[in-house]
Amino acid sequence: MEYSGLKRVASSPHIRAGRSVQGVMLEVIVALVPAGAFGVYFFGWRALLVIAVSVFSAVFWEWLYAHMAKKPCTVGDLSAVVTGLLLAYNLPASVPLWMPVVGALLAIVLVKMIFGGLGANFVNPALTARAILMTSWVDFMSGGAYQTAVRGLDAVSAATPLAAPESYSLWQLFAGQCPGCIGEVGRVALLVGGVYLMVRKVISWRIPVFMLGTLFVCTWLAEGSVYAAAFAILSGGAFLGAFFMATDYATSPVTPVGKIVMGVGCGLLVFVIRRFSSMPEGVSYAILIMNLTVPLLDRYLKPRVYGEVRKRA
Amino acid sequence: MDVKALKKTLLNGIFNENPTFRLVLGMCPTLSITYQASNGIGMGLATTFVLVFSNLVISLLRNLIPEKIRIPAFIVIIATFVTVVEMVMQAFLPSLYDTLGVFISLIVVNCIIFARAEAFAFKNPPLLSAMDGLGMGLGFTMAITLLSCIRELLGSGTIFGARFMPEWFEPMAIAVQPAGGFILLGLTLAAVTALSVRAQKRKEAAK
Repeated sequence: MEYSGLKRVASSPHIRAGRSVQGVMLEVIVALVPAGAFGVYFFGWRALLVIAVSVFSAVFWEWLYAHMAKKPCTVGDLSAVVTGLLLAYNLPASVPLWMPVVGALLAIVLVKMIFGGLGANFVNPALTARAILMTSWVDFMSGGAYQTAVRGLDAVSAATPLAAPESYSLWQLFAGQCPGCIGEVGRVALLVGGVYLMVRKVISWRIPVFMLGTLFVCTWLAEGSVYAAAFAILSGGAFLGAFFMATDYATSPVTPVGKIVMGVGCGLLVFVIRRFSSMPEGVSYAILIMNLTVPLLDRYLKPRVYGEVRKRA
Repeated sequence: MDVKALKKTLLNGIFNENPTFRLVLGMCPTLSITYQASNGIGMGLATTFVLVFSNLVISLLRNLIPEKIRIPAFIVIIATFVTVVEMVMQAFLPSLYDTLGVFISLIVVNCIIFARAEAFAFKNPPLLSAMDGLGMGLGFTMAITLLSCIRELLGSGTIFGARFMPEWFEPMAIAVQPAGGFILLGLTLAAVTALSVRAQKRKEAAK
């Protein structure tokens, strides 16, 4: 009898990879730190304050919920820290400080803990919190809330590159010299962090590559210029979303084919929202919509198990 | 007809079988118009009126309506009372009429009214049926007024138009938008269920 090693599960003992939830989260935090450092460098100490408030309140809400619901305290797995970081990275540095506090409450309690904690949430906590904050207090979250990040000047209010494309070069976008959220402008750092996670096999390359690739190709076909296509993937939250949001374990498909569909879907939706809707940016909504399809993708894109007979139609 | 049964039927609609929190019926008006407290109470009372009279009339006619065409018959009776409510509201409460808009006519297809006609009024005597309508109507009114107070408070900082939140409060716009309606309905349902489970446990412990 011949079995392919991967498809056969032998009886115990098994070799354990030794990778814990805490370990994975720690690697994500390590990968996220450079982008945060860029954000602080560009937007000043205020950005650090927003990040700190967001992380502390995320951990605090998780602890408080576990305490009040008499559940085991899960703060130690560091996932709340990651959620807090991602939430802060999705906010402009100028937000009033109660916003990260409320956002962390929504992300941790409403989206994650109520549904059963880490792994049981069906949409990305940080992104849902951002979407609710965006709908609720649009004045603090868009337009004048974004400051230009040109070092050496005092903060200047200006339109984001997606609203005023002609005023920024590709290099400025890549180097982060443009207005935006705290964590989305440090694109070099996001790229480095994303590649680090892929090399460490924390995230699969499929979702980010297919998401950015689809966005690039769609924009290229629609606009007819490579410049516009490059602009599309370098502006807004595309990098942050592709590497750190769409790849969230709980809300992305398990199978390789599912991941590809997820990536293509995200890219396509970003393109559609940016081009055809009244909103300048669509990364967060695109990922949230694709999050909802994940149970379906997991169900129908199962790889065929060795020996399984294909059902006849 | 004893008073005890009447009282029991009345309270049943308000607590044990509250149409919004227990039967989870009539979600369309519950989600769509509850963005301000006055809407909640207006819609609730309009529905209560229709429920009481449709239950009463259907119960009176229950031996005359043939089984096979009972649904069309119910619709005719219910639509009659909805038209009455609509015209009265247009004449005497024009501003409420304007805010509720199409949802007044849509009381016709409110499933609480259908459910009570089918499950209760068609099988029970008139007085008891009217009481059931009143109980269900009041239960519905209380539930959607509660929900609309929560939504108005969070979304506009007011209840019945009166400012309740401190100066520094920034209204949370999503609470008065449809998405917030779904989220807050879910949370309110969860809270009501949790409270009633706790009350029941305490009752059992007392025994």
